[in-house]
Amino acid sequence: MISSAIIPQPLAKLPWRLIFLTAIIAFIGLLTLYSAAGGSIQPWALKQAIVFCIFLGVAVGMSWLKESTIKGVAFPLYALIFVALVLVELLGFVSKGAQRWLELGPMKLQPSEFMKPAIVLVLARFYELLPTGVIRKWRAIWPAALLLGIPAALIMAQPDMGTALMLILIGGSVMFIAGLPWWLFAGAAGVLAAGAPLAFALMHDYQRKRVFIFLNPESDPLGAGYHVTQSKIAIGSGGIFGKGYLQGSQSHLDYLPEGHTDFVFATMVEEWGLIGGVVLIFAFALVIRWGMRVSANARTRFSQLAAAGLTATIFFYVAINLMMVMGLAPVVGVPLPLVSYGGSAVMTVMLCIGLLMSFERQQRTGTGYSQLRIPA
Amino acid sequence: MKHQPITPVQQSLTFSRRMMVFGGLEASIGALLVGRLGWLSIAENEHYSLLSESNRVQLIVVPPRRGWLVDRHGVPIAINRSDFRVDLVPQQLEQPEQTLKSLAALLSLDTDEMDRILRDLKQSRGFQPVQVAEDVPYDRYAALMVRLPELPGVRPMRGFSRYYPQGPAVAHLVGYVGTPSAEEYDKTKDPLFLTPGFKIGKQGLEKTLEPYLRGTPGGQRIEVTARGKLVKELDPKPDRSGQTVQLTIDAGLQEYAARRMGPESAALVAMEIATGDMLAYVSMPAYDPNSFSQGIGRTEWKMLSEDNHIPLLNKVAQGLYPSGSTIKPAMALGFLKQGLDPDQKFHCTGGVQIGNRYFRDDDAHGIVDMHSAIEHSCNAYFWAMGLKTDPQQTTEMVNYLGYGEEFDLPIPSQRFGTMPNPKWLEEKYHREWQGYDTANTSIGQGYVLINPMQLAVMPSRIASGNLVQPRLLLGGPRKPIKPLAINPEHLDYVRKAMAAVVNGHGTAVASKLPLDGIQMAGKTGTAQVHRLETRGHQSTWALRDHALFIAFAPADKPRYAIGCIVEHGGFGASAAAPIVRDTMTYLFDKQKALAALAPLEAQWGGSLAERNARELQQFKAAARANIA
Repeated sequence: MISSAIIPQPLAKLPWRLIFLTAIIAFIGLLTLYSAAGGSIQPWALKQAIVFCIFLGVAVGMSWLKESTIKGVAFPLYALIFVALVLVELLGFVSKGAQRWLELGPMKLQPSEFMKPAIVLVLARFYELLPTGVIRKWRAIWPAALLLGIPAALIMAQPDMGTALMLILIGGSVMFIAGLPWWLFAGAAGVLAAGAPLAFALMHDYQRKRVFIFLNPESDPLGAGYHVTQSKIAIGSGGIFGKGYLQGSQSHLDYLPEGHTDFVFATMVEEWGLIGGVVLIFAFALVIRWGMRVSANARTRFSQLAAAGLTATIFFYVAINLMMVMGLAPVVGVPLPLVSYGGSAVMTVMLCIGLLMSFERQQRTGTGYSQLRIPA
Repeated sequence: MKHQPITPVQQSLTFSRRMMVFGGLEASIGALLVGRLGWLSIAENEHYSLLSESNRVQLIVVPPRRGWLVDRHGVPIAINRSDFRVDLVPQQLEQPEQTLKSLAALLSLDTDEMDRILRDLKQSRGFQPVQVAEDVPYDRYAALMVRLPELPGVRPMRGFSRYYPQGPAVAHLVGYVGTPSAEEYDKTKDPLFLTPGFKIGKQGLEKTLEPYLRGTPGGQRIEVTARGKLVKELDPKPDRSGQTVQLTIDAGLQEYAARRMGPESAALVAMEIATGDMLAYVSMPAYDPNSFSQGIGRTEWKMLSEDNHIPLLNKVAQGLYPSGSTIKPAMALGFLKQGLDPDQKFHCTGGVQIGNRYFRDDDAHGIVDMHSAIEHSCNAYFWAMGLKTDPQQTTEMVNYLGYGEEFDLPIPSQRFGTMPNPKWLEEKYHREWQGYDTANTSIGQGYVLINPMQLAVMPSRIASGNLVQPRLLLGGPRKPIKPLAINPEHLDYVRKAMAAVVNGHGTAVASKLPLDGIQMAGKTGTAQVHRLETRGHQSTWALRDHALFIAFAPADKPRYAIGCIVEHGGFGASAAAPIVRDTMTYLFDKQKALAALAPLEAQWGGSLAERNARELQQFKAAARANIA
């Protein structure tokens, strides 16, 4: 927040720190995309810059949304996206192929992308509507589980493991913060841990192979482990200071696959080294901390949960992508928000940031509250 | 579930607590990510930098230049010639038939060569290039370069090919080089083996000296993309050529001996007595190692393998022959050692009765002693004396002087024959040594089998009185030469008798050296191939006796020793001794030796190279006529 007589009030009231951080991250992304294209703004950097600017505008615009408006659209929006998801599924069934998007004129809409903020909003709304006393009751669990589980199952059927996994993690985070009993999460973790060997036993050979490759990508350096192996080579060979901007041999010589999308972090770190990587991670950490602050300072249950969930969305994007790129998680196809090339991730993250900015503005100005419930 | 009512205050507390937990989780994952990043880029930096570099930089292997083989005076025997070459990369071939047709026209390849290319293409592993042609003339190379864009898979290059200036004369000595086979690649998995133009030694010294001759490959270092596209060329990695190996061979002598053999199927080994250096190592006729090293055509191969003079066999190392009478000097030394009086007279009536069999000599030599028995090669004397002495001791002496001995030489395979003795016979054939065994062995027949190297080692040892060991590598370790455990007087006696063979009234008087003051000492041998009754000159070549001759010169101060065998040459005196005489002459007077060769070559119809080329042409013409 900048307070100055020269800058008009509406501008001065924008959360400039967040916008600045977001812009830094996006700028690092643009630099990397410029390098990944062999030192050219075509075909990725320019397009990405335009998309980012548009969605930054959208996000800033969204910051004037009233909480009541957001609350009002939570369920209708969710229903709309749910229908779109089913439609995509049907289309895929008809055309006998995997399909993840709807084509509306020139636009390709990927409903599963919109589902990420939508699930946050709908779960936040659900727990807001739920009477305080029943949070530890069964009826606090099953409707939320359905709201989360059905779209997650639909997305998994697309099949898009990465997005489905993220959706479950995001929804789970909202439910956790909403105060569902501990044992639920501990139990889920326990079932997962106990079920892993069983699942492994029931797996197909090719799926088992994937697990092995995740555990030891070098065992198949030319096959499925190729991505991770090359990504680790790019990151490791960058060293502390990197090979220098536009000097990354792994990305420039095409050894690093998907160097402009999912593995953009490897491209960046190869050239900027450990320093560049830490700066980027730190920038993301500040954005996430900002979001967590918004949630902590929120004065309504809805904005508390929604802000926490939206921040979790950004967090999971970053965490899963970086773990995947550095060989700590299997390759599931989650991009690095604002850095990876691709409109959908930028859009989703900027929508989250727009909503966060709206909540932040309202707790600062004290406007737009339908019901004040200030905790003692 | 608890039944305690939950108030908004409690809910707010829960929220704060859960936010703390969630924030802590986020922070710890963030720390994990930073830690992992640090681990990869600091601790593992060296490892991944290496991997990144090996991704980036590829080496287009250039075969190292093979080390030379030179003779004792530095005259090249095996060298490399720069040439233009054309290869095919099977994987990149789009229209194999059309491309091959174009290549055949552009490089004027004959059907033989096309057959070989097709055969190689079938056997190749796809990524392994196949040689189309080596040593392509510049104009044809240029013509190909112009058409190159329409010939995918064709790869023209500059390379080196092995060249043997002396051609067939050194064939069995140096062997030849060739493209490594699939089995040879499987053994080493060395990518160098798949590089076209890379040859390994397949035979002879090229094979045994491979570790010295090969060198280390270098190449053009290039930066390539993951798809194999060249980005830029980096500093080339220099190759290190193989070592030059100096042989004990005298290339001039080697070539002279090969030429002097003319059309005969023969082997000759010459040695320097003082050192054991092998000066000549000749087996003729021989293939041309130059055509072997370039991948031999089928017609030429057929011609070589059908020749009854077996040009593909290294007779020096692998030919085994009865020694014939060349064994007699050694037998005589065996008798002397056992105390036989050399002056004891023996009346040769032209044969000896042994058991129920009458052994017939070529001639009735009348009254002979040991000296004249050697000089005239009297078989009856040796039969009779053999029966008087202990065959075990006598044969041990012969073996001690080299017959049946295996030598420590860098030769891929050496057959060293047999010097029989009573113990050996008992072990091998489970029977007792009989009088006729003594008789057969005394004249180098029966079980006696020797190789041509032993024919040179034997006179070297007798002439020097030392246990001379043959050697082929001039720079190799020199083993101390021990004196023979033989009474020098005995040796002197036998040497004098051998001198008389050539210079007295002996069997080889026609082969005196045409030199003033230098006399040659020797011993003829005629090894029976067929039955005894049909000895002597036969009209059927394959039934004729082998002719052998061992010699050293000068007779008084021996410097050189030569052993020679002419397969089915008839009498040793008439076929082998003249070749040895002229070869020995070459060692003392080159001009005189070459002058003696000229009329012979005119008589044979040209020099060795001319005759070989003519023969090949004739054979090709005949092959074409057969096909037509």
